[in-house]
Amino acid sequence: MKITVNVWRQKNTSSKGRLEKYQVDHVSPDMSFLEMLDILNQQLMAKGEVPIAFEHDCREGICGSCGVVINGLAHGGQLATTTCQLHMRKFKDGDNITVEPWRANAFPVIKDLVVDRGSFDRIIQAGGFISAHTGSAPDANGTPIPKENADLAFEGAQCIGCGACVAACPNASAMLFTSAKVGHLGLLPQGQPERQQRVLKMVAQMDAEGFGGCTNIGECSAACPKEIGLHFIGRLNRDLLGATLRGGSTVD
Amino acid sequence: MTTEIKPQIDVRLPVEYTDARVNANIPAGPIEQKWSKHKFEMKLVNPSNRRKYTVIVVGTGLAGGAAAATMAEMGYSVKAFCYQDSARRAHSIAAQGGINGAKNYRNDGDSVYRLFYDTIKGGDFRAREANVYRLAELSVNIIDQCVAQGVPFAREYSGYLDNRSFGGAQVSRTFYARGQTGQQLMLGAYQALSRQVAAGNVDLNERTEMLDVIVIDGRARGIVTRDMVTGKIESHLADAVVLATGGYSNVFYLSTNAKGCNVTATWRAHKRGAFFANPCYTQIHPTCIPVSGDHQSKLTLMSESLRNDGRVWVPLKASDPRSPDKIPEDERDYYLERRYPSYGNLAPRDISSRAAKIVCDEGRGVGPGGLGVYLDFTAAIKRLGESTVRERYGNLFDMYERITGENPYKGPMRIYPAVHYTMGGLWVDYNLMSTIPGLFVGGEANFSDHGANRLGASALMQGLADGYFVLPATISNYLAQGGLEKVDTTHSAVQEAVQSVTALTQKFLDIKGTRTVDSFHRELGKIMWEYCGMSRTDEGLRYALQRIPELRQQFWTDLRVLGSGDDLNQELEKAGRVSDFIELAELMCLDALERAESCGGHFREESQTPDGEALRNDDDYCYVAAWEHTGEPSKAVLHRETLHFENIHLAQRSYK
Repeated sequence: MKITVNVWRQKNTSSKGRLEKYQVDHVSPDMSFLEMLDILNQQLMAKGEVPIAFEHDCREGICGSCGVVINGLAHGGQLATTTCQLHMRKFKDGDNITVEPWRANAFPVIKDLVVDRGSFDRIIQAGGFISAHTGSAPDANGTPIPKENADLAFEGAQCIGCGACVAACPNASAMLFTSAKVGHLGLLPQGQPERQQRVLKMVAQMDAEGFGGCTNIGECSAACPKEIGLHFIGRLNRDLLGATLRGGSTVD
Repeated sequence: MTTEIKPQIDVRLPVEYTDARVNANIPAGPIEQKWSKHKFEMKLVNPSNRRKYTVIVVGTGLAGGAAAATMAEMGYSVKAFCYQDSARRAHSIAAQGGINGAKNYRNDGDSVYRLFYDTIKGGDFRAREANVYRLAELSVNIIDQCVAQGVPFAREYSGYLDNRSFGGAQVSRTFYARGQTGQQLMLGAYQALSRQVAAGNVDLNERTEMLDVIVIDGRARGIVTRDMVTGKIESHLADAVVLATGGYSNVFYLSTNAKGCNVTATWRAHKRGAFFANPCYTQIHPTCIPVSGDHQSKLTLMSESLRNDGRVWVPLKASDPRSPDKIPEDERDYYLERRYPSYGNLAPRDISSRAAKIVCDEGRGVGPGGLGVYLDFTAAIKRLGESTVRERYGNLFDMYERITGENPYKGPMRIYPAVHYTMGGLWVDYNLMSTIPGLFVGGEANFSDHGANRLGASALMQGLADGYFVLPATISNYLAQGGLEKVDTTHSAVQEAVQSVTALTQKFLDIKGTRTVDSFHRELGKIMWEYCGMSRTDEGLRYALQRIPELRQQFWTDLRVLGSGDDLNQELEKAGRVSDFIELAELMCLDALERAESCGGHFREESQTPDGEALRNDDDYCYVAAWEHTGEPSKAVLHRETLHFENIHLAQRSYK
């Protein structure tokens, strides 16, 4: 296959970026999207041009490193698929593909397709944990947890922190990301003591980072490679309302 | 082997053996009491004095993240580093199948002693008994700790935790979170770490690569790093340094490791005086998606847990052109069930991988190039129903379909072995301290617990045992012994380390040759896979030992790295890593050549039983090979730590 790619090139955070057009020949349908970019980079280097910087690591869809907007869709639009797991068999010979970084004020571009997602880490630092000091744990089977709750908690816990939800959202909101963690920990008995404070602090940090507000459009969930459902946002809003009314206290 | 072999090569085998510098410091007493006795005997640091000590932790995976979080909780000042953009992305995240814990929740005869026994036997009697017993002992605390953190392990309808079985065990002791156990444990450690970052106890440095260890007065006192965004090279000082930087499977170029996984941290520590142990012990995982073409950048593992319900087979006839559904039962060879009736499809990894290689070498492999075997779920789907199979392995099946374009619910998967894990690593004593005092090593980066072969669901266990429980205790003991002079960045050793990293970084940019980093890396990988992969021979290793220095020579004269050193430059990062892989490769081959026996993942064709099983030589090789760097990989000096088996008798490993 022959593919034309228009790739966002930007030297650093403060410089202005632009789309550059490149031709990639000999693309195999069995290649992953990132392997196609690898080949393009080898071509560029052979010509003495600086290769395109893009984020990637595990290439198995679990580390959350990779993520670019492909033809306007975060991770390229294939259901439940990260960029590294997207394969060229989803494209046609002669296709013209536009590749851009995540676009959000809270994710500044570092170089080319690489953005800074440190804002996600700071949301977790604000409260996305259970304060269980090493050594303080009771027996693992001490508290049975209904399978239904555990499974639902797992659904939220699957978030890979890639940022596709923010990139897909017209408001660049981080509600799906934040709600997945609030939901995961709030569904478990271990997460109850800090539940009220957690949601208040995480949402405050989310706002402080400059993410947009949620208007329930649902693009986030559609783009999520782990298919995290919108109902987590509903859960967050319920928790947030309750915690705000209680002033963050666990006592009714 | 397809490549021409030149057997006349003369390789100098090391002659200077010594044991003196590899004292494992194993506590005296019965094995069941060693750790608790040691914990009591170790010195402690008073809680109010802990903040005066700085501990550097490099790597934020299970071992590093857990160690950094736990030591920060205890009150130490921790500085943590990772090359990824977030601590949450360390490669522990990709582990799929599960984590062992000797809880005996199934009431099927499990115990700490049995997990200890299985791990020693699984490691083909090349691991240290005392370390492995401690690992088995701590396994139960790990499960408790993770559940307390909110790790959503799979549960039964009763609300209690579920278990599954894994290779090399006859009990169900593996806890799991669908096929994403590593991710869930990783996020547990990351969240504990995040809590300490917010509390101001951990100074976390992402996108920062460690490029050297600073050794002052014979002790590890800091590291040199490069900020991967600004290119700034700087020193960080501390009272102790922990390396938890993972394994070196990427020396093979194609492996299941993340693209960024590298040996640089441990290799540079090796060059500063830390011995490298058993570098030739690499694990080839039997169930990976086969290579699809030359463009391949990495390999993808399909969890070993699939072998709980999937049956492995190839056609009886060589070069059978029929599609799998057209091959009747009596013309299939379920070779694992045939050769290992008591373990069947759950035979350990090294054995299953080699068995796959044997049937493919016989021409019975399937798929492109004949490098594949079937992993078939037809019987399981018939027995359990598609929805149960989907519940257990849904995400793995989906991943298989995304990568291959084939639906595994309709026909069997094709799998082939791939490099997955490295049992070798920096040599450490019982306290997980390397031969550089003050330099501790945890997780896959050390060599300690898996011997010559790691059993499934044991890597997560070891990373967390080291991180949550062992390192915090043994580092406290080290710090409490005092004697650490105050040092600052004006010290000549600090200046020298910073300058050498700066010069090396510039050197890559100055070569201005014609070949890319990847082209060297791929070439190295092919040499290693062919001659130091699933099976090794004296002549093949000697050939590799001639080829690798030639490749190194070309690397340093013909490499081309574009761009500059003072911004984000991914080629420059790779150049440093590949330069270290090339040196490590030589030591791996030397180690593999020196160990003229087969054990676990290290299979020397000259040393096998009549039915093709690995044949150990306990009289001559019952030791850990710890290599000391003396300037060149080829001139490394071997130190032998003799292994003593006082509890489990040395026996030929059998899974028949």
